[in-house]
Amino acid sequence: MNKQQNSMIKWIDERFPLTSTWKAHLSEYYAPKNFNFWYYFGSLALLVLVNQLLTGIFLTMSYKPDAGMAFASVEYIMRDVDFGWLIRYMHSTGASMFFVVVYLHMFRGMMYGSYRKPRELLWLIGMAIFFVLMSLAFTGYILPWGQMSYWGAQVIVSMFGAIPLIGDTLSNWILGDFMLSDAALNRFFAYHVVTLPVLIVVLVFVHIIALHETGSNNPDGIEIKANKDPQTGIPVDGIPFHPYYTVKDIFGAVGFLIVFCGIIFFAPEMGGYFLEDNNFIPANPLHTPDHIAPVWYFTPYYSMLRAVTVNFLGVDAKLWGVILMAAAVVIFCFLPWLDRSPVKSIRYKGPYFKIALTLFVISFFVLGWLGTKSVTPLYTLLAQIFTTIYFAFFLLMPWYSKIDKVKPEPENVTK
Amino acid sequence: MTDSGDNGKMSGRRRFLLVATSVAGVVAGAGVATPFLRSMMPSERAKAAGAPVEVDISKLEPGMLLTAEWRGKPVWVLKRTSEMLDDLKKLNDQLADPNSERDQQPPYAQNPTRSIKPQILVVLGVCTHLGCSPVYRKDIAPADLGEDWLGGFFCPCHGSKFDLAGRVYKNVPAPTNLVVPPYTYLSDNQLLVGSDSKESA
Repeated sequence: MNKQQNSMIKWIDERFPLTSTWKAHLSEYYAPKNFNFWYYFGSLALLVLVNQLLTGIFLTMSYKPDAGMAFASVEYIMRDVDFGWLIRYMHSTGASMFFVVVYLHMFRGMMYGSYRKPRELLWLIGMAIFFVLMSLAFTGYILPWGQMSYWGAQVIVSMFGAIPLIGDTLSNWILGDFMLSDAALNRFFAYHVVTLPVLIVVLVFVHIIALHETGSNNPDGIEIKANKDPQTGIPVDGIPFHPYYTVKDIFGAVGFLIVFCGIIFFAPEMGGYFLEDNNFIPANPLHTPDHIAPVWYFTPYYSMLRAVTVNFLGVDAKLWGVILMAAAVVIFCFLPWLDRSPVKSIRYKGPYFKIALTLFVISFFVLGWLGTKSVTPLYTLLAQIFTTIYFAFFLLMPWYSKIDKVKPEPENVTK
Repeated sequence: MTDSGDNGKMSGRRRFLLVATSVAGVVAGAGVATPFLRSMMPSERAKAAGAPVEVDISKLEPGMLLTAEWRGKPVWVLKRTSEMLDDLKKLNDQLADPNSERDQQPPYAQNPTRSIKPQILVVLGVCTHLGCSPVYRKDIAPADLGEDWLGGFFCPCHGSKFDLAGRVYKNVPAPTNLVVPPYTYLSDNQLLVGSDSKESA
């Protein structure tokens, strides 16, 4: 049997690099041996992506991208399609969990300096994935054509209208109409099911290729490639991805799926955080719900949008809010060049970085919480304070990371 | 470029051809992209929609707000009481553009009440910040809007505030006053919204 198998693999290898690809990316891809809990989230993001692609295909079989039929077709999926409720809840819970794992994945990168040289491009590709993910979440949220879909889209598209001179033409071009209507729903559906999924799959592929070129970072933030066995040329601190990390990641996936199923079966709406109450009301262009807030994963940025209430430099507050919100997302791209610390990992960084990162995480959560609340003068003030802290984390980094008191990095990875 | 020219440098002829081909390629690319990008602009059908609408205001009581639909957007018709009209003047120093100097209304509504007839306000119910529809809050000094509130419109999305003439307050996210659409009176109780000439009714 082995002989037959070998000859078949040989036949393929002469026509397609099967064995060499398997070796390069799995059985002989050497990853640092000290990966910890935080290293689950990359593979979990891939798992959620597959979940979204599969469940999404089945949802398109029953969904109608028509302003007159969309809302009813989602209810049809929930009530009349066999297991339609399950497939939809897998998709809607998957969307939120996608952000959970991606935020944790990004936080891991920030803790261990995974964005530092030589992984700047890897980090930028990751940011591109994050932008596509945000677009996917936005276009997907419009599809049920409920009140939150409608008014959420209204707010986001109006942001483009804030751009001077071309704003109005641009928003008409985005909407395909002079207001948010069927034309927009139809095209957002096209983006959500064709353009963006193709983009995200390609980008994830490129992300992994870039990762395997530089090799993975690790909790110690040292380069395992700097210390290779002179005989074999294999990093002393490296272990083959397969079987070691495939098995570890399967363990992580099982743990994740237990949580995931728990949400799907017992709390698919997550108290209004994953699926908002107002989205169970069909879209009504004449009436904005009294309280509107985006889904939880956009609330930190939403808080910043409405934190700006003063005009300055001749630009009105509206445009500043939009600029600030965009900057809050894009600023992550500059991390590789903002961080001037001689060490990568938080394990060897000094107190300034630890305090800054803690304040950043706190401000992210506070802004996220504020984004779910109605506007009051106190909340606006809080949003302004925490927006300042959020940006200070990035903008002051070249300074505090340089003068911080760091510990020496070890030669080899520690446990 | 190692495969060109004698001493590793590109010959002038080859460089010219390379540049010319690239430019032609960019022009062709832009040409091909044009129909696709144009196809995303509002279609002829979308442009044809949006005819003016007639609004009957005979049943409108003082202090009452009526919402009509024009081009898929809410149009508010508010019949203001004389107290409401008096209160408008008290607010001027709290507003960003009290005299309606920015172009958010037809010339015939560029007056202290921002309307043709002082009592009747006709305004698009679309916040000039990010397009939400504000809420009509005629209650004086409610707990959430503060003691100085004399009635107006409050946008629940991002907290912008407007007075009962649709004029925006200072230091809120919305930059300009609410838009007054073109409108005219067909008769005392019949409004035409979307056009200011009676013929197009």
